[in-house]
Amino acid sequence: MSVANTTVKKKKSEFAKYPAGDKTILIVAYVILGIFLAAIIVPILYIILASFIDPITLQNKGVTFDFSKWTTTAYSRVLGNQQIWVGFKNALIYSVLFTIISVVITLLAAYPMSRSDFRFKRFFNTVYVITMFFGGGLIPTYLLISDLGMLNTIWAILLPGAFSVWNMIIARTYYQGVPHDLEEAASIDGATEMVYFFKILLPVCTPIIATICMWQFVGMWNSYFDAMIYLNDVSKQPLQLVLRGILIQSQPEPGMVSDMQSTAARAQLAELLKYATIIISSLPLLIMYPFFQRYFDSGIMAGAVKG
Amino acid sequence: MNKPLPAKAKVPLKQRTHNTLVYLRQHWQLYLIFMLPAFVLTIIFRYVPMGGVAIAFMDYNPFRGLWHSDWVGFEHFNRFLSSPDFMKYLMNTLKLSVFGLLWGFPAPILLAFLLNRILSSKIKQKVQLVLYMPNFISVIVLCGIVRILLSPTGMVNMFLGTNYNFMTMPQAFRTIYIASGIWQGAGWASIIYTAALSNASKDLKEAAVIDGANLIQQIKTVEWPAIKDTVLIQFIMAVGNIMSVGFEKAYALQTDLNMGASEIISTYVYKKGLLDGDYGFSTAVGLFNTVINIILLISMNTIVKKMNEGKGI
Repeated sequence: MSVANTTVKKKKSEFAKYPAGDKTILIVAYVILGIFLAAIIVPILYIILASFIDPITLQNKGVTFDFSKWTTTAYSRVLGNQQIWVGFKNALIYSVLFTIISVVITLLAAYPMSRSDFRFKRFFNTVYVITMFFGGGLIPTYLLISDLGMLNTIWAILLPGAFSVWNMIIARTYYQGVPHDLEEAASIDGATEMVYFFKILLPVCTPIIATICMWQFVGMWNSYFDAMIYLNDVSKQPLQLVLRGILIQSQPEPGMVSDMQSTAARAQLAELLKYATIIISSLPLLIMYPFFQRYFDSGIMAGAVKG
Repeated sequence: MNKPLPAKAKVPLKQRTHNTLVYLRQHWQLYLIFMLPAFVLTIIFRYVPMGGVAIAFMDYNPFRGLWHSDWVGFEHFNRFLSSPDFMKYLMNTLKLSVFGLLWGFPAPILLAFLLNRILSSKIKQKVQLVLYMPNFISVIVLCGIVRILLSPTGMVNMFLGTNYNFMTMPQAFRTIYIASGIWQGAGWASIIYTAALSNASKDLKEAAVIDGANLIQQIKTVEWPAIKDTVLIQFIMAVGNIMSVGFEKAYALQTDLNMGASEIISTYVYKKGLLDGDYGFSTAVGLFNTVINIILLISMNTIVKKMNEGKGI
């Protein structure tokens, strides 16, 4: 109670320091910010509420607080479906493996590029930077994956995008901020580059490593294009492809609505299932992400230093 | 202890060995362990497909392969450049990205300035937590949200008391695409500006306050100079990406009826190439797109260099 009082007082006094004209500006700023926040919160809140409403009521009246019309049927139907879980499992496998492969390769490559004495640095730099602006495009890449026999395998998802030039540049910039004394000391002690890299450099780079890990994990978890063109088996589909069927193509998994008698009832239920599916599928990342928030600023700053 | 030290330890890091072979022998790990995986992946998955661009000039036949298909020169290019459909898709792409840039680029900068006005750092952190959240929603779920909220029985129509089917209107597509993009991305994109703003010199700001500068003057003289370079870099990069409008979102927001505005080059390339199997044609369209993109990037960089006293990217 007393704590709350003091913070209120402090805020008031800080706000009071501003002259009258500035106060108006501040209030306008808060109003705009408030509108933006509401624009984010209201739709999400609506979807959460709507996911509990009986399908017929939802179609006719929208969200209601008449609790007799509330039901958890959407959740039991979505969670009771096998394919959602297959999707979750595949997405987790792909995302974890992709993050490991990608981060290891990228962090390794960034180290030589961060050293001023690295021979052929310009050559490597040119080779990598060109790929940021020019590429073969969809069909040549697809044909290559096909020729390599990687169609419908996990490698088509994991390998082509594993080395990220962008993340390499960010990691390199971060390494360059680490004092060189450490490197010289290690070199005089006779430590090899491997030893220096793993024992000394990486431990002081956790913010940037955490940031890149998060980017790669979230990126893979949320993408669907590669899986859509390279994977045919239903059993290999990641979550986003399963979601695409339910949310975009309006084709719920067979078991979810098949007990409904009329087409209309099936359509209404399919619509309701979308709300629950959105909540269920987004929850894991939305719960996890606040734990990474403390890394955002330091990580992003490192990337911002030079494009 | 009077054994000579190992040869490597005698050479301090800063002192360069002038013989490349000696350097390579001493530092082989840098090449074979650190660099090799990334280099091999880049050559295989980035450079080999660049060679495959030759398909754009061929009547490519999957059964005969790259080496035995017939050359057709610029036939594919002539075909799509003379087709009215292609011009429409090109314009759709350009409009989507140019309007997207006009609306989407200032939004995070504005947000950063607004966030900087919050006096309590605790509240600021909570506001940021909410603003960043949509970034963690996937493209598919975002498009799913857009579709159900805008459906004839969705939230927006319930609120307006109407029953428009927004997803079938070509004239609504760009607004939907850009607004949902700002909804999802503006908060996250503001991080970089917020970080730059927090680097604005405190002394300078205090001096400005003592000199009686009001908020607007403080923003002009202290805060804007602190983020100007970041804004510029972000702008060049955004312009450089103008032709690479994401496939994933446009495809997930497409319906049969809004195709007039929603068919863009990347979705067209996908449909022509992978769904219709017209490999040569699709590759030619993709190549054309890349070339425009590079020209835009180079000319943008030149303009900025001129405006910014020789500082480009």
